[in-house]
Amino acid sequence: MDDDLITMDDMTNEEIVSLLKDAERLLPVAHGLEYLPLLQGKLLANMFFEPSTRTRMSFETAMKRLGGDVVNLGDVNSSSAVKGETLYDTMRMVDGYCDIAALRHPRQGAAQYAADACAIPIMNGGDGAGHHPTQTLLDLFTIQQAHGHLEGLTVALIGDLRYGRTVHSLSHALARFDCNLIFISPAQLAMPVDIVSDLIAAGANITETEDLYGSVPDADVIYMTRIQKERFPDEDEYMKVAGIYKLTAADLSGAKGEMIVMHPLPRLNEISSDVDETRHARYFEQAFNGVVARMALMCRLLGVAIPSGDV
Amino acid sequence: MSAGEMRRVTAINNGTVIDHVPAGSALTVLRMLGISGDRSSPISLVMNVPSSKHGRKDIIKVEDRELTQDELDRLALIAPKASVAIIRSYSVAEKREVSIGAELVNIASCTFSNCITINPREPQDHRLRVVNSDPLELRCRYCGRPQEMDELIDNLL
Repeated sequence: MDDDLITMDDMTNEEIVSLLKDAERLLPVAHGLEYLPLLQGKLLANMFFEPSTRTRMSFETAMKRLGGDVVNLGDVNSSSAVKGETLYDTMRMVDGYCDIAALRHPRQGAAQYAADACAIPIMNGGDGAGHHPTQTLLDLFTIQQAHGHLEGLTVALIGDLRYGRTVHSLSHALARFDCNLIFISPAQLAMPVDIVSDLIAAGANITETEDLYGSVPDADVIYMTRIQKERFPDEDEYMKVAGIYKLTAADLSGAKGEMIVMHPLPRLNEISSDVDETRHARYFEQAFNGVVARMALMCRLLGVAIPSGDV
Repeated sequence: MSAGEMRRVTAINNGTVIDHVPAGSALTVLRMLGISGDRSSPISLVMNVPSSKHGRKDIIKVEDRELTQDELDRLALIAPKASVAIIRSYSVAEKREVSIGAELVNIASCTFSNCITINPREPQDHRLRVVNSDPLELRCRYCGRPQEMDELIDNLL
C-alpha cells in the first residue's frame, strides 16, 4: 500500500480485504468496550477546507479511540486560507506539526497535491468532485457486514452521480470486485463519461437508467445520495432535479430480504423516515463504520500492527 | 526531407531542423519552444508541404541554436512524430528523437477549471501523466481529469 490514500487505486483488492478484517477486529474499540491505545503519542491533523460533520468527527473519534490526539484546521473562514495562503504552505506547516493528516478541499486534486508536498501520510477526505476513498472503505465494510462478501453483488447507485465523489470512488472499488453496477440519475447528473469509460475498460458491468423503482428487485445494495446544491453552478439548475428520487418503505416491498439501503448522509428528502424502521436501512450503521474503517486505515498508514484475535 | 522540399528554404549553416511537424502546427511549436521573432538569427518555416509519410507537414529551421533534448521533448505534445536534426557547418551532426516520458512536467497546466493547480500561486510542478502515447492521452497527476488537446495548447507554460 502507498504511504497515502488519495484514490482507491492506492490499494490492491487484497489490501482492501485485509483492511476490512482489521476494521472488524477494531469494532469493540470503536464501541468503547476495549481501550487499545495503539496510536498513543500520534497526532492527526484534520484539515477540512469544506464543511464536514461525519467525516471530520469520525477521523477524530477514530484517533482518540486509539489513544492519539487531533488538531483541527478550525473554521476555514478564520484560517490562513482566507488570507490567501497556498495549500502548499499550509500543508508544509502541518507536515511539521503532525504525524498524519486528513484533508477535505473544494478543489479537485488537492489531496494528491498535499501528498506531494508532505512527508506524513495524507488521507483524502474528499477533493471537489474527485474522490472520497475513506468513505469507500466504510461503504465496503458495511456491504461486507451485510452480505458476507463483496464479489458479484448488484449495487444500484442513485442520485447525483455527476458531482458525487462518494459514488465515483465506490464505483471504482466495486468494479474491481466484479459487482454489477446500476447507475440511476437524471441525465444532467449522470456519471461522468470519463469515469464510465474507465469502469468499462476495467471490465465493469454497468446499466444506466433514470428508473429507480424498477431496479429495486434486482439490487443487493441501494445506495442513495443527496443532490448536492453546493455543487451546482446556479439555483435554477438545482431546482430542476432537487427531490427527483424519494425512497419510501412501500417502494421496498419487492426488494430482496437481505438488500440494504445505504446513504453517505446527510440526507434531505431522498430517503423517507419510514425506511429507517425497515430491516433494509443501514445508513446509521454505515456512519458508525466510518470510525472503524478510519481506525484501521490510520494504523496501516502509520505502520502500526493491530494485535490479532480478541482485542 | 527531399531535395525538392529543401529548395523551399535555404540550407542552414548551424542550428536545428525540425521535420515532420503536423501540418499547420509550426507556429504552435515555436511558441512551445519559447522561440519568438525578436531573436537576431533567422527562423524559417515551411507549412503545408506534401509529405510521403503524413500527407502534409510543416518544417522548421532555427539558425544558430541547438535545441536541447529537454526542449525537444516538449514537442511530443503536438508533434510526437517529428524528426530533429542538429546542423553544424551545413551537415547533419546529430539526429535526435522526440520522446515522451511517463509524465510531462511544467509543459502545460491542467485544463480542468476546478483543479487545485488552477491557483497560479500554488508552487508545485504542473504534472500531466501519459496514459497512452499513441494517440496521446494525458491526465492531470493531481485531479486525474483527461486533457483535451485543443484546450491544452492554450495552457502551455
